[in-house]
Amino acid sequence: MSFEPKNSAVKWVEERLPIMGMLHHALYEYPTPKNLSYWWTFGSLAGVMLVVQIVSGIVLAMHYTPHVDLAFESVEHIMRDVNYGWLLRYMHANGASMFFIVVYLHMFRGLYYGSYKAPRELLWWLGLIIFVLMMATAFMGYVLPWGQMSFWGATVITNLFSAIPIVGESIVSWLWGGFSVDNPTLNRFFSLHYLLPFVIVGIVILHIWALHTSGSNNPTGVEIKDKQDSIPFHPYYTVKDLFGLAIFLIIFSAFLFYAPNYMGHPDNYIPANPLVTPAHIVPEWYFLPFYAILRAVPDKLGGVLLMFGAIAVLFALPWLDKSRIRSARFRPIFKQLFWVFGAVCVGLTYMGGQSADGNIAEIHGMVPVMIDGIAQMKDGVPLMEEGVTFAVTNVLVARILTVYYFLHLLVLLPVIGLFEKPRPLPASISEDVLSKTSPVKEADNA
Amino acid sequence: MTTTTPVEEDGVTRRDFLYVAAGGLSAVGAAAAIWPFIAQMNPSADVLALSTSEVDLDGIEIGSEITAVWQGKPVFVRHRTEGEIKKAEDVVIANLPDPQSDEERVIKPQWLVMVGVCTHLGCIPLKEQGDYSGWFCPCHGSHYDTSGRIRKGPAPKNLVIPPYEFLDDNNIRIG
Amino acid sequence: MLKLITSLSIAALVSMGIAGGAHASGGAIELKSISWHHGGMFGTYDRASAQRGVQVYREVCAGCHGLGLIAFRTLADLGFSEEEIKAIAAESDYVDGPDGEGEMFERPGKPFDVFPTPFPNENAARASNGGAFPPDLSLIVKARADGDNYLYSLLTGYTDAPADFELPDGMSYNAYFAGHKIAMPSPLSEDAVEYSDGTPATVDQMAQDVTVFLTWAAEPKMEQRKSIGLRVILFLLILAGLFYAVKKKVWSDLH
Repeated sequence: MSFEPKNSAVKWVEERLPIMGMLHHALYEYPTPKNLSYWWTFGSLAGVMLVVQIVSGIVLAMHYTPHVDLAFESVEHIMRDVNYGWLLRYMHANGASMFFIVVYLHMFRGLYYGSYKAPRELLWWLGLIIFVLMMATAFMGYVLPWGQMSFWGATVITNLFSAIPIVGESIVSWLWGGFSVDNPTLNRFFSLHYLLPFVIVGIVILHIWALHTSGSNNPTGVEIKDKQDSIPFHPYYTVKDLFGLAIFLIIFSAFLFYAPNYMGHPDNYIPANPLVTPAHIVPEWYFLPFYAILRAVPDKLGGVLLMFGAIAVLFALPWLDKSRIRSARFRPIFKQLFWVFGAVCVGLTYMGGQSADGNIAEIHGMVPVMIDGIAQMKDGVPLMEEGVTFAVTNVLVARILTVYYFLHLLVLLPVIGLFEKPRPLPASISEDVLSKTSPVKEADNA
Repeated sequence: MTTTTPVEEDGVTRRDFLYVAAGGLSAVGAAAAIWPFIAQMNPSADVLALSTSEVDLDGIEIGSEITAVWQGKPVFVRHRTEGEIKKAEDVVIANLPDPQSDEERVIKPQWLVMVGVCTHLGCIPLKEQGDYSGWFCPCHGSHYDTSGRIRKGPAPKNLVIPPYEFLDDNNIRIG
Repeated sequence: MLKLITSLSIAALVSMGIAGGAHASGGAIELKSISWHHGGMFGTYDRASAQRGVQVYREVCAGCHGLGLIAFRTLADLGFSEEEIKAIAAESDYVDGPDGEGEMFERPGKPFDVFPTPFPNENAARASNGGAFPPDLSLIVKARADGDNYLYSLLTGYTDAPADFELPDGMSYNAYFAGHKIAMPSPLSEDAVEYSDGTPATVDQMAQDVTVFLTWAAEPKMEQRKSIGLRVILFLLILAGLFYAVKKKVWSDLH
């Protein structure tokens, strides 16, 4: 059922720019698997969040001043004097977190159902590029209010590049436009923070294009075989996505209106002071797993490399996973390991927020009294006192989790793909759907 | 509507009702959500708070004027001469493009207070110039008389008189 | 077996979370917690308390701490009349100008001015305060974790130092300040102000009042935020219900 315009004006346009036909194709002709679960809603939610961020960002830019002396005050001007300014700013700040939540869930859905496997490798790559661009955009956006966390976050993250041998220092001063994070840095971050979302839009278009070329994956991981397996996107998935959107917006609103600063850091309400570092610098929560990996490595360059490596390795995922089965539903071992991996990622997020030198657990007992590294003796017996006999340090936990992160992706995935015995796949999507909706029928057939 | 529908079509009308309700409510929600994005461009609270200005008239000689600032716009405060006042009052009002008597435009005849923005396209007219010895806008050639009324040229209206009051003999508050 | 590993690792992570929480609260000081009028989903600012807080701020805090983001005009939110606001504003002088001769001049404050800052710059502030910098209070409640309880605890947390605690000269002991050594001497004392509404000016009362005022100062749009939020969420609940019904209808003809 191709698009045949009846209205002559539409026809006139269509002959010159077949845009209606394209939309018609995407909504009515593009075959969508009939068994997509709500886990497939996060893609369109991410699209909605991109629009929310761009629109709220553009209006905030109408009131914001990218200058070190005025940036902090202009944000407060937005919060206090601009009509609905507080709403727009909280929307933008919490929107960034929401965007990341949605994108992380979207990525984990892809990991669980093997959506990165052939023929969707490029689709996966484009998604990862969007993810990297999002992180860059979010990082630069967080600098703009010019609070203490803005300033010191910018200082710490840009200093990562000084780990590069020989040219590192030059790169850092090039990034800064000076010898510390200062007005030139703020100005360029504002410029790029405004630019990058539109680059993301471009990549999103490619992402959707690639999606429509290979088609959506689905919970069975079995490709569409005939008409029985698919339904048009509209109205089935438009209305399903709208319901998902409404639920998502309720959660978003709960944060926006009732806990707008929950995901922020109090220190960012202190104006930037280049002479005083806050006691405990933490990035926004969505960077914490990578921050944990960075801190887990005692070597500066090594830490930086491993942190970027944690993202880079995801690009190789389609080739690291040797199994020909996509969905974890039919991969008993992979399914278990997936949840362990998920837990490790949550653990890394948690560790990224902990102080670098603390202990996560301690066992108390009697320990020798030490002064300057020498055990103190009395009457030939070591003096004892109450103390920590064994400590699980934050760094140790972060290291174990980091090792597992890479172990999962680089070793476990390739290896289990070789010997794992998959459960029998359904012959088609519709067979799988039928076996679930009418168990009686299935029993009859059996 | 549903009451008159036969029972067998009930499913159809219930569906239609749902569609219309969901669509309508979405439209209402979208319209409400758009409002803050529009309202944010209106003058903010701090800008509104600056909407009055006080001007000290002391020291403005007869036949001279100062330019005060009110809401970011120039306000001409002119101490008119007897000749200027007479000239302004003697005009036949009916022939004016924007008929208005001089009395309507002043509180005290010697003090003419008006927004110095040409009513054509917003340029700032020059004082004591033009065919009527009042103000002349160099952008597109509008001539204003000694009461600030448009006499010749493309401007449609007289120069605007802002709301103002005399706090005492020598001080006015605009806005 | 693998399921077991999964559940074990989840259990381990959960207990880590608990341990971490315990660790954090072990390191940080537990604050006094008050059931504020402005707390919760429907909380609003206690106007009478906030107005008393303005008095405490002006008579006690303003000597050292600025409030540079708060314009006098916004006090109308707390129920001050236009005349009261003008009177409060006029008590401070502001440099304005240049005048006709190009000179800067001083004039009394107007409602559009912000609360004055007591020191011209940070260095001057440090010089007058033994090297310590009294921070601006406009955002202090949002700039501290659990800000309102923190501020209240701090203001009421001055006690004598424990015998083994080494307190440098010019410092005070505060049970709730990080490190317990605070450069600010106890600012509040019994009847430090005389409330016009007759409320007894106890240290606890003044601490609560100024905290309410400064919470408002940090987040003046809170009431609007909560009331809009309630309407938005109720609307979205109805919309979600409708979409769910439509979704069921649309999908029902599929099978």
